[in-house]
Amino acid sequence: MTKRYTKDHEWVELNGDVATIGISSYATEQLGEVVYVELPAKDKDFAAHADMAVVESAKAASDVYAPIAGKIVDANAALADNPGLVNEAPEGAGWFVKIKVANKAEVDALMDEAAYADYVKGL
Amino acid sequence: MAHAPREPGIEPMAEAGSSKKLSLDALWRARTSKFADFAGYEMPIQFEGLIAEHLWTREHAGLFDVSHMGPCFFALPNGHGLEGDAAHKKVASLIERLVPADIQGLKPGQVRYTMLLNADGGILDDLMIARPAEAAAAGDLYIVVNAGCKIEDWKLIEAATKGEANLVRADDRCLLALQGPAASKAAATVIAPELSDMIFMSVRRVETERFGRLTITRSGYTGEDGYEVLVRAEHAKDLAEALLAHPEVKPIGLGARDSLRLEAGLCLYGHDLDPTTSPIEADLAWTIQKRRREAADFPGAKRILREYELGAARKRVGIRPNDRAPAREGVEIMKDGKKIGMVTSGGFSPILNGPISMGYVEAAHAEPGHVVDLMVRGTPRSATIVPLPFVPHRYVRKK
Repeated sequence: MTKRYTKDHEWVELNGDVATIGISSYATEQLGEVVYVELPAKDKDFAAHADMAVVESAKAASDVYAPIAGKIVDANAALADNPGLVNEAPEGAGWFVKIKVANKAEVDALMDEAAYADYVKGL
Repeated sequence: MAHAPREPGIEPMAEAGSSKKLSLDALWRARTSKFADFAGYEMPIQFEGLIAEHLWTREHAGLFDVSHMGPCFFALPNGHGLEGDAAHKKVASLIERLVPADIQGLKPGQVRYTMLLNADGGILDDLMIARPAEAAAAGDLYIVVNAGCKIEDWKLIEAATKGEANLVRADDRCLLALQGPAASKAAATVIAPELSDMIFMSVRRVETERFGRLTITRSGYTGEDGYEVLVRAEHAKDLAEALLAHPEVKPIGLGARDSLRLEAGLCLYGHDLDPTTSPIEADLAWTIQKRRREAADFPGAKRILREYELGAARKRVGIRPNDRAPAREGVEIMKDGKKIGMVTSGGFSPILNGPISMGYVEAAHAEPGHVVDLMVRGTPRSATIVPLPFVPHRYVRKK
């Protein structure tokens, strides 16, 4: 399994040809308390960088982009009743969606954990 | 994830780069790094977390730095030769040219909420006007306007009363708001025991050894009991630190100030009120006392009194989304596929643990219980019109 990050603070964990996607710990620190997450329907196709989900904190609504292209195979139903999971475990139980990856090379092109840590330090 | 919020709850009202620092900037920066521009000032947005700060204020007491706002003193010129009620009536009659409240009828030490109006009865700003309690201050008014409009407001007041009164800005001082059920106890302990005797919407000048002369109103914008304290800049740090040292007091950012006032159903100028909105549309008819309605001598009186008698075409209402998606400013309100209004403030209520919104709808749909649709990101979502406030006010009305 490889875990990668985007400059927009999504994380992508690839397992076979299915990737789990969420937002990074850094992103949740910036957002504050998450009060609502709007996730896409199953079977929906996304191009890389398309608007895929919306995360709302007590403060404001922010778009979440598809980090890579693919088809939604699952969305985290637990977030509907407990959006706070995104704050508690952003890179675990607070995952957003699983997608069937169209092109694995898109995952490899993203930052690894060390590169993302450096990137965040520079912000 | 996009960094720029799609629908900011708090918008800067001035251009970036021109922001001023608060006098207590260093004090707040020692406690948080989360600042944002608001109305031309760099304001602390959040300390330990918006929801935690919100709940702390409702359960204990929060300290807010609102020094960006526009406190001022409006006074008859020296040597006006009037005393007591005569001096007050004179200065009040001058400001009444611009506002619809009965200012002449204020008792010594009384505060009223009102608004500056344009010739069409539209709201240019909402503000507080206080008649000082002290006999020596007869002929003075203490006025607090909003941060975003203070320069325009002061120009308007000066132009309307030129040569008849003087306006002295007091925004070189600090304005600290202490809000919450423990505010009275904390203020009595830290500032002066007599503060717990004040009732809501009253003003008093208090001389203290430690913090100098303070102008204190028992008022606020959270729905809770509390005070707003005008303190000279040289004493502000001492006062803020002394209040923060009280075990029931924590610093609260502008983020929680916004969610607190929304739960309390209070309007944010530039969002829920603007120059096209009349006090009747805004459901603020209670701010126009009988003497002024009968005299019909305020700007826009014709429209406002017509709406007062016959009802306005649209009305400000509370809205509870029937699911968990917040509907923020700018969301369209629909009924049977037809647009009937717009959300002007919206977000998350920590007390109700769900989304709340305020907005304007056509009068036919303004009754509590009406079910409407909110167009959140293009999708209609069911919501119900509800009475305001969302969370009951807890003002101290009587001693």
